[in-house]
Amino acid sequence: MSQKVTIEPVTRVEGHGKVTIHLDDNMNVAQTRLHIVEFRGFERFVQGRPYWEAPVLVQRLCGICPVSHHLAAAKALDVIVGAGTGHGLTATGEKMRRLMHYGQMFQSHALHFFHLASPDFLLGYDADPAIRNVIGVAINFPELATQGVLMRKFGQEIIEHTAGKKIHGTGAIPGGINKNLTIEERDIFLKGADPMNIDKMIDWADGALQFFKGYYMKNRDFVDGFAYFPSNHLSLVRKDGALDLYHGVLRAVDANGNKILDDVDYQDYYNYIEEEVKNWSYMKFPYLTHIGKEKGWYRVGPLARLNTADFIPSPKAQKEFEIYKAHTNGKPNNYCLHTHWARLIELLHAGEVLKELLLDPDLQKDDLVVKGKKGKEGVGLVEAPRGTLFHHYRIDDNDAIEMANLIVSTTNNNEPMNQSVNFVAKNMMNGQAVITEPMKNAVEIAIRAYDPCLSCATHALGKMPLDIKLYDANGVEMDHYKS
Amino acid sequence: MSKTLIYGYGNPGRQDDGIGARFVELVDAWIAKEHIQNVFTDSNYQLNVEDSVLIADYDSVIFVDASVADIESYKLEEVLPDNATIEFTMHAVSTAYVLDLCRKLYNKNPRTYVLHVKAYEFDFVEDLTPQAMQNLQAAFEFIKAFVLKEMQ
Repeated sequence: MSQKVTIEPVTRVEGHGKVTIHLDDNMNVAQTRLHIVEFRGFERFVQGRPYWEAPVLVQRLCGICPVSHHLAAAKALDVIVGAGTGHGLTATGEKMRRLMHYGQMFQSHALHFFHLASPDFLLGYDADPAIRNVIGVAINFPELATQGVLMRKFGQEIIEHTAGKKIHGTGAIPGGINKNLTIEERDIFLKGADPMNIDKMIDWADGALQFFKGYYMKNRDFVDGFAYFPSNHLSLVRKDGALDLYHGVLRAVDANGNKILDDVDYQDYYNYIEEEVKNWSYMKFPYLTHIGKEKGWYRVGPLARLNTADFIPSPKAQKEFEIYKAHTNGKPNNYCLHTHWARLIELLHAGEVLKELLLDPDLQKDDLVVKGKKGKEGVGLVEAPRGTLFHHYRIDDNDAIEMANLIVSTTNNNEPMNQSVNFVAKNMMNGQAVITEPMKNAVEIAIRAYDPCLSCATHALGKMPLDIKLYDANGVEMDHYKS
Repeated sequence: MSKTLIYGYGNPGRQDDGIGARFVELVDAWIAKEHIQNVFTDSNYQLNVEDSVLIADYDSVIFVDASVADIESYKLEEVLPDNATIEFTMHAVSTAYVLDLCRKLYNKNPRTYVLHVKAYEFDFVEDLTPQAMQNLQAAFEFIKAFVLKEMQ
C-alpha cells in the first residue's frame, strides 16, 4: 500500500514549510513537494500609497531581512526620482547604503552558520534532535556559540547606525540616504573594545571558514554526495565580473559555466524572467524566459553568486575563492552543501568590505541626496543574504504607486529547493522499511542550505493572516479556511 | 536597586502585532514623566540570539508580545528556560530560548517574564485595533505597579 510521509513544519527555516513525500507500493519515492504558504497580498497593499513611503512600508513585508527590502525599494525609487541606477547617488549615499547592506549580510550569514547549520556539522545530522540545535552547540562548543551571537550583534549594530533605528529604519530614501556616519559612530566599529571591533570580526569570520573546510576534509564523501544536481545560477555581478552584493548587472551561467545571460540591465528583468504558477504552492516558480520552464530555472544565493562572479574584490576572500573554485576546476559548483562554504567566503568578504567602508572618509561627508528628472517606473535589485531580490514599482500622475512586483530570493530558489528535497528523499528513503528521524532531518538539511525565508512578518503564534484553500487532485477547491 | 528591562517585540506595521512596540512607547513616556530610575526599554521585530547578551545585564526582564491565546486581556507569565521544547526558526526565537542561551553562554539568570497582550488582527495596518488598545492600556497599568514593586 502506498504511503505519504509529511514533515511539518520544517524547522530552522524562517516561517513554516511543509514537505510531502509520496511512497509507492515498493516504498520507493514517487513524488516529493515542498509546499510554501507565502503571503502575497503585499503588492496590492502598497498600491495607492505615495511612492516615497515604499522603503519604509516594505519593511512590513518581513521583519527578518527588512534591510534587503528597504534597499531594493530605495534603489527602484532612485530611478523614479531621476537619481539613476546604482551609481547615480553621491559617494556618501552609495557607501552608507553599502555599509548597511554588508552589515546585514555579515549578521545574517553568521547567524545562519553558527546557529542553524553548525548543529548538524558539530553534533551530527543523526544526533538526538533534543540537542541538535544551538543550545547543544552552546553546551558543547560555547566559544563558537558566543562568536555567532556577537557577530550577529555587530552586524545588527551597523544596521542600527545606518538605518537610524531597529524597527522601520529610514536610512535609505529615494535618491540617497538621510544620514552619514559620524566619527564617533565609526569608531564604535573600528576601535571597539575587544572583541567588538571589525578586526576581530574578520578573524572570527576567517575562523568559521577554516572550521568548515576542516569539517569538509573529514566528511568529503557526505558533503559532496548530498543533494548534488546540475542547475543554472543567477545573480548580480559588477560590470567587470566582480562579486558585488549591492549593485551590478544580471548574469546567469549554466551548469557547465556557459553564460546564458550576461551584462543585462536589471531595469529590463521582465524581458528575461517569468514566473510559473503551480496549484500546490503559493510560491511561484521563476525561470529564464528564453530557456523555458523545464530547463530555465536557476539557483540564487551564495552558491550561485560564487558561480557567476569572476573574482572577489577583497584579498582574503579572493584567496579563499581561488581555493574554492579549484575544487571544481573553475567550473560551476553544483554541490548543495557547498552553499555553506560559499556563504562563509561571503561572510569573510563582508567583513573586509565593512572595514574598507569604515575607513573611507566619504562616510562623514554631507552630500546625501541627488534628484533628477522624475520618471514613472523603476526596478531595484540587491543580492540579499539568500539571493537576488527584485522590487519593481510604477507610479501614477499623483505620485501614488499603481503597480508593484516583488520577486524575493526564496521564490527564486523554489525549484532548486524542490530538486534538493527530491534528491535527498530518493537517495535516503528509497526502499527503506522505516523512515527515520535522521532521514527526515536530511531533507531539512537540504532545505536549510538555501537559508529560506518564508515569513510573512507576523510572529504571533497560531495567527497567520492567510486564506488557505484545499484542492483535490483535479485542482477543484475542496475547502477554504480563513485563519 | 535592581535593573529592569522592558522589551516589546513584534511588527508595528502589522496591526496588533505592534503591541510590543506600542507598549514600549508608553513605558518610555512614563519613565520620562515620572523620572523612573533603573527601568530601561528596547524593542525589535522579533527576538533573536543577540538578545541573550542584552538581558544578561539586567536583574529582571519583561518581554511584551501580542498573543492570540485564550486569555482575557493580558497575562503575565514567568519564563523558564526549557531545553526540551526548543522550537526555533531562522531569525526568531522564543523568550525561553533567549533566557536559556543567556544562562549557558553568560552564566546569568535574570528573572524573566513575558506579558501576553490579547491581539486580534494582523493586517497591513499601522494602528492597533480598539480592543487591542484597551488591552494594552490595562496591561500597562498593571505593569507599572508590578515593576515598582519588583524594584523595591
